[in-house]
Amino acid sequence: MAALTEDEAAPMVRSHLARQALVFAALLALFAVAFVVSLCVGRFSVPASRALELIWLGVTDPWRELTTIEERIVLLVRAPRVVLAALAGAGLALSGAALQGVFRNPLVSPDILGISQGAAFGGALGIMLGIWGFPLIAMVFISGMAAVILVGLIARVNGRSETITVILSGLVVSSMFSAVVSLLQFVADPNTSLPAIVYWLMGSFATATWERTLIAAPGLIIGGVLLWMLRFRLNILSLDEAEAQSLGARTNRERWLVFGLIAVIVGSQVAVSGIIGWIGIVIPHASRLLVGHDHRALLPASVVLGAGFMVIIDTLARTATAAEIPLGVITALVGAPIFAMLLRNHYRERNGS
Amino acid sequence: MIGLEGATVRFGSRIIIEALSFSVPVGRTLAILGPNGRGKTTTLKAMLGFQQLDAGRRVAPDIVGYVPQTGTSNQRYRALDVVVMGRAAHLGIFGQPGPEDFRIARSALERAGAARFTDHYFDRLSGGERQLVLLARAIATGSQVLVLDEPAAALDLHNQERLLTLLNTLRHPRDKAIVFTTHDPNHALSSADDALLMMPDGQPPLFGPVAETITPEHLESLYGVPMRVVELAGPSGETHRAVLPAFAGIRAA
Repeated sequence: MAALTEDEAAPMVRSHLARQALVFAALLALFAVAFVVSLCVGRFSVPASRALELIWLGVTDPWRELTTIEERIVLLVRAPRVVLAALAGAGLALSGAALQGVFRNPLVSPDILGISQGAAFGGALGIMLGIWGFPLIAMVFISGMAAVILVGLIARVNGRSETITVILSGLVVSSMFSAVVSLLQFVADPNTSLPAIVYWLMGSFATATWERTLIAAPGLIIGGVLLWMLRFRLNILSLDEAEAQSLGARTNRERWLVFGLIAVIVGSQVAVSGIIGWIGIVIPHASRLLVGHDHRALLPASVVLGAGFMVIIDTLARTATAAEIPLGVITALVGAPIFAMLLRNHYRERNGS
Repeated sequence: MIGLEGATVRFGSRIIIEALSFSVPVGRTLAILGPNGRGKTTTLKAMLGFQQLDAGRRVAPDIVGYVPQTGTSNQRYRALDVVVMGRAAHLGIFGQPGPEDFRIARSALERAGAARFTDHYFDRLSGGERQLVLLARAIATGSQVLVLDEPAAALDLHNQERLLTLLNTLRHPRDKAIVFTTHDPNHALSSADDALLMMPDGQPPLFGPVAETITPEHLESLYGVPMRVVELAGPSGETHRAVLPAFAGIRAA
């Protein structure tokens, strides 16, 4: 009997692994294509072979003097922008996937929990006060974290927080912070800080430089790597409270660790590219359809798909019309219908089974 | 070994359990018996450490193999991945399960009689099948203590028989302390060494070996209906005792 089940199980496991490998290969290919295409297209188009050659030169000899215009466009204008977009998309998708896991709810995302609005408040205040660089990131991060803590405090009733209370508290905190952001816009100097705040709030990678990319990268990468290391723990935290505790998880403390890491990621992203909605909810859902719910596969799939999707969206934002379209507009236009579709499928399948 | 020492739990002014003491050493099995609402679940939660005690203390190892009545099923994991979660306490917060953990998980599935579900999705299994997978997960924790919450409550007769047989196979090596709750005294007779009866009206719970506690008199006051012990021919011919309410078998007029 035992031998029989072994034999039956083996091909299933292999086909499961083969399928996962295929999906990851396809996602990586999508990302690579998006990356290269994004370097090539724009008002000044560069052939793909030349772009790849320039990247190779840039990687092997980063301190080389850039003389031709195409070198400068690809390596100084487009490359940092594409890298930053990829990092931000990966971070947002990863945060969304982790958050949906710990809340056991597929509808939460960093922007629903108030992290984004809180971070936006810190950023708007920072811009108004003329702060830039690391201090601005710190402000954005601290206010994002403050929003999360506030949500936690409001939602915690009798020592535990129900999912629905957390989501509603997130809504409350979000609208509170967005009211304050509106107030800041109202009092901001219309000639200097107001346009900067408004443009920044709509989300854009237009101002990306290597310097800004390097400012955001540590938070995004460290937060992302730590979340990725928690991937098996996220499986445990996605179980019912009692089950997770019986398996040895100190659920409350670990959940807050996850929130903290997400605040680092989202704070870093918001600091350099403003609020970008929808990625954190649409990408994890799509990834779940592709690789399943296990966070050990879901997190890397979300990272690659999020990075690729963000690069594509950003490329559209800067090439579709003569002027740049704010990212928030495109992600909402593309994300909302996809999400509506996923939602309907999700509940249809649930009611069907 | 797992147990409670003088444990009291109150919800507001209502006393759910009071000065409750019992212990289950490794090698013995305890059945917690009683109708609904007498604190069976509270006792179980107190043993597992999910319920704050107002007085007394809990004696338990760090990790207890807990088998909930129904597992979480809003996430889609394969049964094998559910069982390997039992290894979490050994892996720490940043740990990942390795080949050895999967080997342990597979052998736990084997022991729980759930090997055929290894690659099935947990949320697509039936209630009884899920329970076997959750039992495998509890075994995979490596804990010497297994606690099962109403393991037979949602099972049809055939699956009840299978579960009781399974409990006895787990019990047989005498290397675990096993606790389960049930409202059928026959489950205690067939698969437990000791019984804890949650008596009504503030009477102290009765704790002791099955032979002394599962008697018609005790059960009558436990359930509030007359109880009878009958002799039954078992599945393989030998006779054994069963406990039935006196109304069992009354024909409709």
